[in-house]
Amino acid sequence: MNKRIVALTINGVDVQRKVASRMLLTDFIRDELKLTGTNVGCEHGVCGACTILLNGESVRSCLMLAVQADGYEIETVESLQNDNGTLNTLQQSFKDCHGLQCGFCTPGFLMTVTSFLKENEDPTEEEIREAISGNLCRCTGYANIVKSVQRTVQSQRTSKSLTEPVCHTDHKQNETVQIS
Amino acid sequence: MKPAVFNYIRPESVEETLQLLSDYGDDAKILSGGQSLIPVLNMRLSTPKYLIDIGRLEGLNYIREEGDHLSVGALVKHKDIESSPLVKELCPILGEAIRWVGTTQIRNRGTIGGSIAHGDPSAELPCVLAALRGEIVVASLEGEDVLSPEEFFLTYMLTSMQPDQVIKEIRFPIMSKKSAFSFVEVARTHGDFALAEAAVILETDETETVIKAQIAVGGVNPTPTVLEEVEDHIMGKKLTDELLTEVRRMTEGNVDPESDLHGTAEYRRELVGVLVQRALKTAGERVKKGAGRHE
Ligand SMILES: Cc1cc2nc3c(=O)[nH]c(=O)nc-3n(C[C@H](O)[C@H](O)[C@H](O)COP(=O)(O)OP(=O)(O)OC[C@H]3O[C@@H](n4cnc5c(N)ncnc54)[C@H](O)[C@@H]3O)c2cc1C
Ligand code: FES
Ligand code: FES
Repeated sequence: MNKRIVALTINGVDVQRKVASRMLLTDFIRDELKLTGTNVGCEHGVCGACTILLNGESVRSCLMLAVQADGYEIETVESLQNDNGTLNTLQQSFKDCHGLQCGFCTPGFLMTVTSFLKENEDPTEEEIREAISGNLCRCTGYANIVKSVQRTVQSQRTSKSLTEPVCHTDHKQNETVQIS
Repeated sequence: MKPAVFNYIRPESVEETLQLLSDYGDDAKILSGGQSLIPVLNMRLSTPKYLIDIGRLEGLNYIREEGDHLSVGALVKHKDIESSPLVKELCPILGEAIRWVGTTQIRNRGTIGGSIAHGDPSAELPCVLAALRGEIVVASLEGEDVLSPEEFFLTYMLTSMQPDQVIKEIRFPIMSKKSAFSFVEVARTHGDFALAEAAVILETDETETVIKAQIAVGGVNPTPTVLEEVEDHIMGKKLTDELLTEVRRMTEGNVDPESDLHGTAEYRRELVGVLVQRALKTAGERVKKGAGRHE
């Protein structure tokens, strides 16, 4: 009873493993399946670094046992890239808008925002801030993350290629900011 | 921070669950959405021998209109309450309060039964259930009991549930079309537990005199608290500024919060007074506008 077979689909691939019942889904993904894009921060549901999609909905993988995910479809940050291996629009926008610094929180943000934008294609800034309120970032101060999301929405709306002028992150302004 | 070893069991029916609980008693723990229990297991604050995963049980996942109340199965997830047209139509205060429960990721997994069973005095759902005078249906092999929030919530994180019992259903009384409501809360950030919260359901007649008032607060006493004294005090009166000031004072006198890292007892006492005042004012304006239940 304290070992069980877990069979699930991850990023489109069917996998099956026999694991300890107490194994968290995060550890299953990282240690058993070697998909280390999903990060582990707090292991009690507060930071959001471990966010994945479970049947399309964002959930904390540290607050689930692997056995609870038996039979489900899971997507992790590794699923986001385009088929040709380039960054998808959301990832590219995070890059362009400096939506990350150390990057530890980024996989969680990307998965949260992926499911959010499926439900709300044209969010207001307030809605974006609410959507990411369950993800902590210790580096960016969130402003550039919000911009990254806005830029994604904008690119998806106009279907413009991402070689067009980048987001509103004002590098000049950043450079001239004086800290007294 | 990993859970200690346990035996994982996934029963197929409520009956099987009750049998397991009856066999294992204190050694067993029910796992529903896991949004409160898994952190507790991760920190090894609880080390059950048997973990009984009821998360997939058929038959405890429904929202139904039944007579004068809305019956919500214990396994209904927060997100499903949030998007339920029936909840919006018949018990809108529940739909409003649920959005304060954690963040999207938590609400995608957390269940209503778990939120009630956890017995956290600052949780939103127990407060709303208390204000509405709802009921909790618990079952064991011996049969079912229907309990009021007062009978169910005993103190901080402690309920009257026995080890062989499971919550099957929560009953939320249907709100009158003529009533208006308000749910207000202050937390450090959205998604955090409330420092204080207030739920108000209000009805007035054509002269703007209060004819029905239901008020409960959370986060400031060991259990969600119905403010009966305040309810009685405002009946038959108009919601003037003076009355609302009296309400604030009375509220402060009816709570006994504790100090912690996030706020002192004095702060919480004052805060909850202001919140009740604010919620009553908002509800009062909503009834006046005829916004009633659909605001
Ligand atoms: C970061 C974070 C923020 C949160 N913020 C809030 C918040 O603001 N407000 C809030 O209210 N909650 C909050 N929560 C808690 C969350 O709402 C939980 O989902 C909920 O309290 C428990 O529901 P669950 O289904 O996940 O229960 P579980 O975690 O599975 O179980 C919780 C407890 O209830 C028992 N239990 C569960 N179901 C039943 C049942 N049917 N019968 C008998 N016992 C049962 C379990 O044995 C366990 O003791 C937060 C959690 C996290 C991690
Ligand atoms: S690691 Fe899961 S929320 Fe922090
Ligand atoms: S980029 Fe470092 S925590 Fe977010």
